[in-house]
Amino acid sequence: MKFTLGWLREHLETTASLSEVTDKLTALGLEVEHLVDPAEQLSAFVIGEVVDCTQHPDADKLKVCKVDTGTETVQVVCGAPNARNGMKGVFAPPGTVVPGTGLHLKKAKIRGVESSGMLCSERELGLSDEHEGIIDLDADAPVGRPFAGYAGLDDPVIEIKITPNRQDCLGVDGIARDLAAGGLGQVISRRPETISGSYESPIGVARRLDGTEEACPLFVGRYVRGVKNGPSPRWLQDRLRAIGLRPISALVDITNFITFDRGRPLHVFDAETIAGGIHVRLSRAGETLLALDGREYELDDYVTVIADDDGVLAMGGIIGGESTGCTEETQNVFIEAALFDPIRTAMSGRKHNLISDARYRFERGVDPDAVFAGMDLATQLVLELCGGEASELVVAGAVPEWQRQIELRPARIHQLVGLDVPEDKCLKALAALGFGAAPHSGGVRVNIPSWRQDIDGEADLVEEVARIVGYDKIPTVPLEKDRAVTLPALTAVQRHRVAARRTLASRGLQECVTWSFMPQRFAVPFGGGDPALGLLNPISADLDTMRPSILPNLITAAARNVDRGISDLALFEVGPQFQDDTPEGQSTVAAGIRLGHAVPRNWNTPARAADPFDAKADALAVLSEIGVPVDKLRVVPDAAPWYHPGRSGTLRLGPKTILAAFGEIHPRVLTLLDCEGPCVGFEIHLDAVPQPKREKSTNRGALDVHALQPVDRDFAFVVAETVPAADVVGAAIGANKKLVADAAVFDVFSGASLGDGMKSIAVRVRLQPTDQTLTEAEIESVASQIIEAVTKATGATLRSA
Amino acid sequence: MTMQDPKETEAELVAAVTGAETLEALEQVRVAAIGRKGRVTDLMKSLGAMTPDERRTAGPLLNGLKDRISTAIDTRRAELEEAALEARLQEEHIDLTLPTRPEMVGSVHPVSQVTEEIIAIFADMGFTLAEGPDIEDDFHNFTALNMPPEHPARQMHDTFYLSGEQDGTRKLLRTHTSTVQIRAMMSQPPPHRIIVPGRTYRSDSDITHTPMFHQVEGLVIDRTTHMGHLKGCLIEFVRAFFDVDDLPYRFRPSYFPFTEPSAEMDIGCARSDGELRIGAGDEWLEILGCGMVNPRVLENCGIDPNEYQGFAFGMGIDRIAMLKYGIPDLRAFFDSDLRWLRHYGFSALDVPTLAGGLAR
Repeated sequence: MKFTLGWLREHLETTASLSEVTDKLTALGLEVEHLVDPAEQLSAFVIGEVVDCTQHPDADKLKVCKVDTGTETVQVVCGAPNARNGMKGVFAPPGTVVPGTGLHLKKAKIRGVESSGMLCSERELGLSDEHEGIIDLDADAPVGRPFAGYAGLDDPVIEIKITPNRQDCLGVDGIARDLAAGGLGQVISRRPETISGSYESPIGVARRLDGTEEACPLFVGRYVRGVKNGPSPRWLQDRLRAIGLRPISALVDITNFITFDRGRPLHVFDAETIAGGIHVRLSRAGETLLALDGREYELDDYVTVIADDDGVLAMGGIIGGESTGCTEETQNVFIEAALFDPIRTAMSGRKHNLISDARYRFERGVDPDAVFAGMDLATQLVLELCGGEASELVVAGAVPEWQRQIELRPARIHQLVGLDVPEDKCLKALAALGFGAAPHSGGVRVNIPSWRQDIDGEADLVEEVARIVGYDKIPTVPLEKDRAVTLPALTAVQRHRVAARRTLASRGLQECVTWSFMPQRFAVPFGGGDPALGLLNPISADLDTMRPSILPNLITAAARNVDRGISDLALFEVGPQFQDDTPEGQSTVAAGIRLGHAVPRNWNTPARAADPFDAKADALAVLSEIGVPVDKLRVVPDAAPWYHPGRSGTLRLGPKTILAAFGEIHPRVLTLLDCEGPCVGFEIHLDAVPQPKREKSTNRGALDVHALQPVDRDFAFVVAETVPAADVVGAAIGANKKLVADAAVFDVFSGASLGDGMKSIAVRVRLQPTDQTLTEAEIESVASQIIEAVTKATGATLRSA
Repeated sequence: MTMQDPKETEAELVAAVTGAETLEALEQVRVAAIGRKGRVTDLMKSLGAMTPDERRTAGPLLNGLKDRISTAIDTRRAELEEAALEARLQEEHIDLTLPTRPEMVGSVHPVSQVTEEIIAIFADMGFTLAEGPDIEDDFHNFTALNMPPEHPARQMHDTFYLSGEQDGTRKLLRTHTSTVQIRAMMSQPPPHRIIVPGRTYRSDSDITHTPMFHQVEGLVIDRTTHMGHLKGCLIEFVRAFFDVDDLPYRFRPSYFPFTEPSAEMDIGCARSDGELRIGAGDEWLEILGCGMVNPRVLENCGIDPNEYQGFAFGMGIDRIAMLKYGIPDLRAFFDSDLRWLRHYGFSALDVPTLAGGLAR
């Protein structure tokens, strides 16, 4: 909402300065968003007189002018055809920034002649597009005076943000009321005289709403005959121009003015274009309207329209029609002032993608009690500016019941906002805002004014009092704590996310935050693409479904980085993925990928591409960090189909719980995602991690160490290629639970010497004696148990040296 | 046998010791002098054949000789060992200007870091973390928050809807984390003191808007908390978060359907040379929206507004991250550009705590 300080002063008698006004507006909740003070912008421009004007010695089109600026006489080279001796114009000294061109004026020599400043055109001052010549002021313009003040361009333009509840401040009069209530002056009442009219309107009005009467509760019309339309007077044009509206003609300008002056949209029809009477009804599907914005709208059966016998004339409360608009030739007019349903207005405007100053007001709800006053003001201005003779009113419908009362318990003000406001001060604040308030059985009964349809309950009244008293007066009170030392704020699951994130970052992966949505075609191979998870109104076709996995987003992010010349990447994200649209279908996953080198080329160690064991290590590191007994995890080669079938697995705790998947990403998936592989990745299902029991002790148990030295023995087993190493190790560990402390693979190889389809797995087994040092015979005995167990479990043979 | 003059022997042996150029040569000299068949050993053996008188003079003489030769050998050995070590050290010289073996350095995203900073501050004020689903229903996102269908404020939310339809209503992506206020109040009786950081979504995309962003919601419900506490809590927060102890602030009346009275909080800032500095200055920066929970919202959650009251607030995490750390472009947060992640990311070990301070 834009207005000028001068305009505000039409409604508010005040001695407040501009900054006092803007500060108070913001303090009242009418936040000042922009403030343009043209006087400041034009402060350097003064009225100057050309006291001598001669031809430039070296340029046909230039003149050399001596300009009296009121304080001195300076020489200016000027190219304007209308520059002449004795004229008065607008002078800008060197150092000025010319608003229309952004040019920074400097003293200069133009074709050898010194020029100290400039005589300006309207375009250069940003006043219009006029650039044919320099501004030619009246002969009585006072030399030396600031031009802005002389030309009435010194009215500051204030733009405030109106929250959706404050429709009452969509007119300057409402803003003045708030400021007066805030203590910044007195409201100047500009209630128009009631005009009765001298004849019956030849055009009648009717509501034909058939059960949807709320679409237009009241429609008031008036005929004015014998008007003369033309440009509106200067003051009106200035008002509109200042807030960015283009003056059109007196009749149109009057309606725009009242829209902003009173927040009361109106419409004026050229009466000659109306066939028969006017009625309000709902549109019929297929009807069209060529509107004043030049666009043709095809209507459905929902829009409230104003129609005559021939068809639709206007969309009620939104926009008028081209065919009934006023022109220079208009002689008789029909003025409309009505009430339109906020919801229907909003829906209609949205459906037709039509934004107008009228819609903006009606969808927020205009003052239901100001229809007749608006009509009177419009009539008065039409008669004043265009002449003519007004008819009696024609009225369909009635002012809807708007009177409401709300009880306010003054103690609630202190309870809710902590302010001590004496009851009389409270009543005074409400009264200043137009709320009739009277003490009533221990409380205050408050009459809600017609223009405050937003007031919904006692808390709203508390807010009204608080904003008039001032939010800055609300005391600052520390939020009390139940205990001095804070309890943990995070649950175990929440802590796991933090731990997962920091573990992965510490392992060299970069954390990303990618969209929760992704392209449908990428989601499908990751088990997604369920239509129920598709977005009805995606921001782009590439972000049209909720992600079933984080991996595709990371892989495409990696591909973008490769395109930027970074080829070794380790990225991760801890975030949601979606299996269905229920709260349970959302889970938190820590996912990551590694692409390119795990060890890049360097002078010291061989370079190495990232492989599935890097992904496995990442997954294990996170699981270990969040308390999973990783030595109990099993690797099962059954990872999801977006992984390479032979180079991936899941990490399982017990038979069922899948905690993570890892491995090489399937080459076909990488091709689809336009990423050159190989690429490895992992997905850790943080929500699947078993929760520690609440009563679990922090006690870590006793340290179990043995005084006796352990004994290591190496074994090499030849097994079929298909035998998992874990089976060999597992069998070795299980061979003698008392003595075998640990077993680890230290070599794997396959070669012709072993036979086709065979491999050798070398295992170091650590024996830990507990009672006494092992004898050679005992060691041999355990060794035989180990060989037997591994052979039995895997069909292995011990490799002969 | 004629005994050689011990002095001569000594001179010869000392010359041999000092003349030994290597440890091996010195060892040969040692064996030849004081080894089992060495010259000095031989001389010592001759003591046995002497008369006591002769022995009394020759004994000390020969012992002295043996000691001096031994000492000379030890000294020479030390010299040679030192020289050998010096030579080895010379040989072992390496070029330490070469780089270390490569290690990948990871980072934590600013959104995560700032979220943890926010949690650290509010945790200290007794808040706990709560959360809720990103895919929501109309009730939690709008209706319960006092935005019935057709409420004009709904249009300001640019809601993403899902295609699936159930009972004539569509699921949506939450437009704010306020949904979790409702979930918390409907699942547990008061009091409440929670913060809810999370992803939020609006179908808006330009220089300053992304279709997904992060918000943190706060909710305090008990019998006595009023707007003065709201001010106290949020002033503490912004001053701790931005690490500016005298950070100017102001609360302006505003409008949210789910709070009444409502306010927006601005903090002071200054701009110079295109750089924004949070603190005392001549400009205000909007930082968050807040207010007393609207009685209608409490009623919608089955809480008696005459018995319980409290405040709620919401702010953009990405936005305050940008303000605090001078990150210019919101869209870059979600682009996963490695250069950006490295520049604006945080160290894995840099866990924000109040004890350690929150400014980096």
